[in-house]
Amino acid sequence: MATKGKLEMEKMVVVEGSYAVAHAVKVCRPNVISAYPITPQTHIVEGLSQFIADGEIQNCEYINVESEFSALSALVGSSAVGARCYSATTSQGLELMHEVLFNVSGMRLPVVMTVVNRAVSAPINIWNDHQDAISQRDTGWIQLYAEDLQEAADMTAQAFKIAEDKGVLMPAMVCMDGFILSHVYEPVILLEQELTDEYLPAYEPLNTLDPKKPMSFGTLADPNYYTEFRYLQQKAMENALKKIEDAANEFYDVFGRYYGGLIDEYQTEDADIILMAMGSIVGTIKDTIDNLRQKGVKVGLLKVRSFRPFPAEAIKEAIKDAKVVVVLDKNISLGLNEGALFTETKSCLYNTKNRVPVVGYMIGHGGRDIRMSTIEKIISEAEEVMKTGIKLESQFTDVREEIL
Amino acid sequence: MKHLLVSGHRGCAGCCDAMATKFTLMGAGEDCIVVSPTGCLEVMTTPFPETSWNVPWIHSLFENAAAVASGIEAALKAMGKKGNTRIVAIGGDGATMDIGLQAISGAFERGHDFTYVCIDNEAYMNTGVQRSSGTPFNASTTTSPAGKVSFGNQRPKKNMPAIIAAHGSPYVATTSLAYGKDMIAKVKKATEIPGPTYIHCHSPCTTGWGFDTSKTVEVARMAVKTGLWPLFEMENGEITKVRKIGTPSPVEDYLKMQSRFKHLFSKEGGAEEIAKIQAIADKNIEHYGL
Repeated sequence: MATKGKLEMEKMVVVEGSYAVAHAVKVCRPNVISAYPITPQTHIVEGLSQFIADGEIQNCEYINVESEFSALSALVGSSAVGARCYSATTSQGLELMHEVLFNVSGMRLPVVMTVVNRAVSAPINIWNDHQDAISQRDTGWIQLYAEDLQEAADMTAQAFKIAEDKGVLMPAMVCMDGFILSHVYEPVILLEQELTDEYLPAYEPLNTLDPKKPMSFGTLADPNYYTEFRYLQQKAMENALKKIEDAANEFYDVFGRYYGGLIDEYQTEDADIILMAMGSIVGTIKDTIDNLRQKGVKVGLLKVRSFRPFPAEAIKEAIKDAKVVVVLDKNISLGLNEGALFTETKSCLYNTKNRVPVVGYMIGHGGRDIRMSTIEKIISEAEEVMKTGIKLESQFTDVREEIL
Repeated sequence: MKHLLVSGHRGCAGCCDAMATKFTLMGAGEDCIVVSPTGCLEVMTTPFPETSWNVPWIHSLFENAAAVASGIEAALKAMGKKGNTRIVAIGGDGATMDIGLQAISGAFERGHDFTYVCIDNEAYMNTGVQRSSGTPFNASTTTSPAGKVSFGNQRPKKNMPAIIAAHGSPYVATTSLAYGKDMIAKVKKATEIPGPTYIHCHSPCTTGWGFDTSKTVEVARMAVKTGLWPLFEMENGEITKVRKIGTPSPVEDYLKMQSRFKHLFSKEGGAEEIAKIQAIADKNIEHYGL
């Protein structure tokens, strides 16, 4: 399975992840950027602010709002008059947006937002996990997770294409791991303006707030009508399943890079053990797989790019021949003791004939370092599951018992 | 003249929201985009699939109308479509003075070109007459009821026009439903002045205040005549115009029209409490030179 197409070395520059994303936003030609600073999202919005200060983004207003709540609220208005809209946030900022997230989706406004994933307070912690975005799972936003800087940048253009599709018209989050991706420098190809223009045409809204053609947005829907609004949002998410694949394929056609559509697979073809994960941990897992493959361990990786819409069919197909599936989650549903990807993977298998054992590990909370040795240990435990069955279905990883 | 808010909405007879909105649209004109926070006005004018609005209208949430308005303005500017289009937010006292205050502060500080109109009916009417920071001293509401040991709401109204003026707004004005021409003229002026401008309209609510549905205008007028609701304009922080009221009416004339104040006339100690309200009116008369 292709993870990446040709990376032309002569085009590569060493930049910070946040810069790569800010640059990607710039070449997507947004009309309104509205954001509030919060670590570790700041370098993205600082980058965009500098582009604005240097006159490098035409026909664009940057709104320095007084909160994340207003950051996204302003974009409700902007998107409703037909603007291409962008914001970025993380953690507490995303949680503050909670009410607005539902509203943007309910009004079918295709806003794109980078979520630089970070743990949530208390205790306050500025480092990476996925609890912030996962907690917004049911707000009606498409959620895409990037593995590395190049994918985070490229996924930004893909997100606009998916969100603005007339069969979708749903907002999209591009999730990238805080610090691990946002603050890391590595070689990337910055999206070319010309190619981006070819890939992403101007946004053509179906309906706008226009004094020449007055329409009412955000009306009251009573029990006779509310269900149908929700149903149509679900249908839009189902349409997005195909659009996410299309957007990845079309991106490959124009830019020559590909990371998978809804999911990607690495060494899964003959794998007995398949690990599932989202985000930057995927890189660590791939390296671990490379090592273990040399020792004859038949282990592979299923990378989930789209958490919403949930790619149940793609996942079922990818793991159909596995003997054990191990899901790694950087989040937890407290009181269930499971990560979200684990719960949902189990759920999508329940009414199928595939009785593959699925085990879950919650890992990397609040930026706890994830070492290859930890992944190796998880894989060796999976080998035990193959032999003796599940002893512990879902568990924390690397708990420091000595400080409890 | 084309009606920009048409009849058939679900407002009560004598509804202050409908009147204030009609006056606002008569001042702002057809080339405008309206933002409403959650509240009676939103609920009564837009029961899907119907709408009373003949101008583009958007409701997002309770606390974000000013932020939504600022996003509309920024987007129209960015796309070169601003032209002469006015952006008008119309919110109740709860949405304006309580839950939406932060977003309003942000939008005014940033200097967006829009007009915010507060329809102040002095409590949360849509949810059943609960106390807001616009509720006047000694008014009985469902969450500040008069009782054996209480005369109702124990705090004076928040001075919202002063808060907006402190943001450097070029134009802040108070108005009243009793003075339709005054309101239309002030909204027109506010929408013509570039930058963030503010109109605060005193708006008696027949249901929440407890008076006959035919008396909305009379109640509103009496608030002005007593000095409890001064009408003025502020330009760049300075009061530039005040409506003189001549010989003021005693506040009893206003209070006795409304059941929310009826405990003041039946409870022991009520006369002293009415005197405190008279002192508020007297202070306004002196401060604004009414």
